[in-house]
Amino acid sequence: MSYLELLKLAAPEAIVVVAALAVLTIGLTTARALVLGPIVAVLGVALAIGAVVMLPSHANLFGGMLVISPLNSLFKIICLALAIATVPLVSSEKALRNPGEYIAVLLLGSVGLMLLVGSEELLMIFIGLELLGLSLYVLAAFDKADVHSAEAGLKYFLFGSTASAFTLFGISLIYGMSGTTALAAIGQKLAGAPVQPLLAVGIVMTLIGFAFKIAAAPFHLWAPDAYQGAPIPSAAFIASGSKVASFVVLGKIVLVGFGPVHGSADWHAMIAGWSPVLAALAAFSILLGNFVALAQTNVRRLLAYSAVAHGGYTLLGVVAGGREGFSATLFYTSTYAVTLVGAFAVVGSVRRETGGDDLQNFSGLAARSPFLAACMAIFFLSLAGLPPLAGFFGKFYLFSAAFRAGANHGLLWLVAVALFGSFVSLYYYLIVLKVIFVDKKPESATAGNGPDFFSRITVTLLAAVVLVLGIMPQTLAAKIIASLP
Amino acid sequence: MIAWTIYITFAGAIVLLVLPRVFARWIALVTATAGFAVSLATFFCDDVDLAHFTTIARVPWIPALGMNYHLALDGISLTLVLVTGIAAISAVLFSWDVIDRANEFFFWLLLVVGGSYGVFLSADLFLLFLFYELVIVPKYFLIAIFGSTNKEYGAMKLTLYSFFGGALVFLGIIAVYVSGGSLDLNELAQFQFAPQLQSWAFPVLFLGFAVLAGIWPLHTWAPTGHVAAPTAGSMLLAGIVMKLGAYASLRVAMNLFPQGFQMWRTWIAVLAVIGIVYAAAVALRQRDLKFVIGYSSVSHMGFVLLGLATANVFGVSGAVLQMFSHGVIGALLFAVAGRMIYRRTHTRELDALAGMNLSRALPFAAFTFVVASAASMGIPGFSGFAAEITILIGAWKSYPLAVWITGAGMVLVAAFTLRALKRTFFDVDGESAAPSNASAARTDVKQMPAPPAQITSSPERSIHLEPITIPEKLGAGLLMFATLAVGLYPKFLLDRIQPAVEAMRFLK
Repeated sequence: MSYLELLKLAAPEAIVVVAALAVLTIGLTTARALVLGPIVAVLGVALAIGAVVMLPSHANLFGGMLVISPLNSLFKIICLALAIATVPLVSSEKALRNPGEYIAVLLLGSVGLMLLVGSEELLMIFIGLELLGLSLYVLAAFDKADVHSAEAGLKYFLFGSTASAFTLFGISLIYGMSGTTALAAIGQKLAGAPVQPLLAVGIVMTLIGFAFKIAAAPFHLWAPDAYQGAPIPSAAFIASGSKVASFVVLGKIVLVGFGPVHGSADWHAMIAGWSPVLAALAAFSILLGNFVALAQTNVRRLLAYSAVAHGGYTLLGVVAGGREGFSATLFYTSTYAVTLVGAFAVVGSVRRETGGDDLQNFSGLAARSPFLAACMAIFFLSLAGLPPLAGFFGKFYLFSAAFRAGANHGLLWLVAVALFGSFVSLYYYLIVLKVIFVDKKPESATAGNGPDFFSRITVTLLAAVVLVLGIMPQTLAAKIIASLP
Repeated sequence: MIAWTIYITFAGAIVLLVLPRVFARWIALVTATAGFAVSLATFFCDDVDLAHFTTIARVPWIPALGMNYHLALDGISLTLVLVTGIAAISAVLFSWDVIDRANEFFFWLLLVVGGSYGVFLSADLFLLFLFYELVIVPKYFLIAIFGSTNKEYGAMKLTLYSFFGGALVFLGIIAVYVSGGSLDLNELAQFQFAPQLQSWAFPVLFLGFAVLAGIWPLHTWAPTGHVAAPTAGSMLLAGIVMKLGAYASLRVAMNLFPQGFQMWRTWIAVLAVIGIVYAAAVALRQRDLKFVIGYSSVSHMGFVLLGLATANVFGVSGAVLQMFSHGVIGALLFAVAGRMIYRRTHTRELDALAGMNLSRALPFAAFTFVVASAASMGIPGFSGFAAEITILIGAWKSYPLAVWITGAGMVLVAAFTLRALKRTFFDVDGESAAPSNASAARTDVKQMPAPPAQITSSPERSIHLEPITIPEKLGAGLLMFATLAVGLYPKFLLDRIQPAVEAMRFLK
């Protein structure tokens, strides 16, 4: 293995790092970083996507540390596309004082995403998690003038580092039991072995770190503050890219690495393993997220609690397991991420015009800016799971996968909980839309100049993606299914 | 060809968003008329096989999961497509005075209509559910933005009930999809589902759909929603949306789970009979004209559910005919109450209306309301009679007791209809404190032809009411013609409905 070959296979990551350094330089040298930075970043990431496409379809370096497979490449592309969608939001965030640094950290976070997605080895996954986590902590706390941003960063950091410690400890136990850190090898070692207490502790501790990343209850406590307090692009990135990558890795760890200790979450026959743990997390997240979201008056906080619930739905596919369940999870989390970036982009525009993101700041948005209102309607109705939007197909796919799994429809209870939760969720999504479309705009509201050009394009594209994936879901679903081994 | 009803309607909705506001109502009218014309042309076209659910379009949609864009047609769907077209045209005509945010109004309206066409023509379960859910959100905005009394509450209640039903349906559809391995309704209709699955999946699916059909005790969204909705909104709710639930119950729940249906049909009949009698009794006590009509809708939809529960050709065909009939009559009643009366008098309180001497001020409205009431009460010659008698004949074979109780319910229906009719149009000041129980309603009947001398006693009050406009007359004329035509010659529809019903599996 020559270094040149390694560089070839790791070219996408290298390109993004170079782009990050370039943006950093721009930020330090010119005063126009707010314009130039995003452009360079988008170009760099686009180049990286091109490099991912050029990669060979299969390669495996250093026992799984860097794995190139159709699945990994597809999700590298999705993560990078989400990063591209997030970058234009930076230019509308006028309060940021060092946009160059901000975008550079965002790009480094994207590298973390790619490492996370592209690895099938526990140590490397942990490094990816940390690289991503550290970037996200900085991004959350970036707005130094805003006390909420500092709070968001601190909370995220404290919870996140604790969760990382758990994961590292869990990984060390797993390593102790199996003598390897490569997922495939772990899977072989665990096959046939009974679930010993030590293994159970190792599995649960590893899962805690991921439950934290996907904000599954009861490890969601950081999410409301981070979503509400962090700068808008940071919140969007935390809610989208980080979540997608976490689900990809979580799925790989439990389905490949811990596959033999699957257990069973069937209602009538629970068997110890990781799937009852995840099923409990999912049910708790769905109920808690949806019910707490009912009481929110701040849209970003509402999105945070709904994110907890959506994390729960997405876990259903992992619990169901198998090719169908995993592909449903991947489809759902990808479309969810796209939707949420779009929703945050709209929230960002509203915040810039009205100075806040509480519910009342949205009143009369339809009269003020029909464009933003229509896009917000698309995003929220997709989150609510209404046709013909991506969220509807995603839920159908996910729930039917969960219903199919298990003997004699054993996961029916989980599907029923999820359906009940999504029924509850309709209320708070509709309330936001009611405020936007039905309420009169306040007297004081002035017609702002609307979102700037880049955000407008981004929002339009994201809304179009949500709509297209709802009407023609096979464009993405077929790719995901084909990429799964 | 009939698939174009869907495309035309959605295209019209999109055009509405693009073109300036002055054209809005004309675009809506042209779209609705075109949709109706297409369905009418299909109706008179002889080479269509209406006895079976015949495929008219089938394109692979999501091949990986077995979903097809699959439309099909039989006599049942065609009947409902027809009533959708009629209700859509008249709803547009009765919204001729909507000026504020007119584009948006007609956009939501056409989405409801287009989605309903889609439900009635879908032969793929996923597609059907997609259209079914697509109707709900436009309904919410139609009511919450353009409605009247307590609109936000009414809209939210209606929407949450619909979504509650939708969640049940979702579960049922997943169960069908996973067990049956297909989403094609025709294929699934051949599939033998395990009895154990049928026993729980049938009630889940049926109840989920029946929420939208106003099944007791999940009917309370209907009166509140109808009252809160703008005139066109109530017309569409009564005319089309409630039919979506009944139609889907028949097409999906009953047809796919015949054994589950046999297990549960007595309970459906019980709920239906309670609905008929209970809603009629409640309607008798209402003070708001729209609440009276709202509860009458629930009562009439009870007949549909009773007809479905009989599980014989007569009952089910009658139920389909009743869906048509109530679609027309309900729309007509709400048109009179919402547009002709409320927009002019700004009240729907029966007591307040009683003093206004409306029969003189608005003679056309009075005429229309008399026709609508007669049809609603089930006077022979109108569609309501033809449909209800068919249902009762069917019910006699299965549940004779239900027929007796329903017969009593029909007296109540007549009572509250006559009471509303009299209080609204033919009452004079001195009697405004009239009692409102059944026996009083009977005395009201005798007084109905009020002496002309009393009517002229307060002519000055009626002067400032704007006369009935041409669009209103056209819309009312269309609806009255439909109920009369079907009432005089029900064979026209029944000949197309019955073969389709006979082809259904639960009868065998």
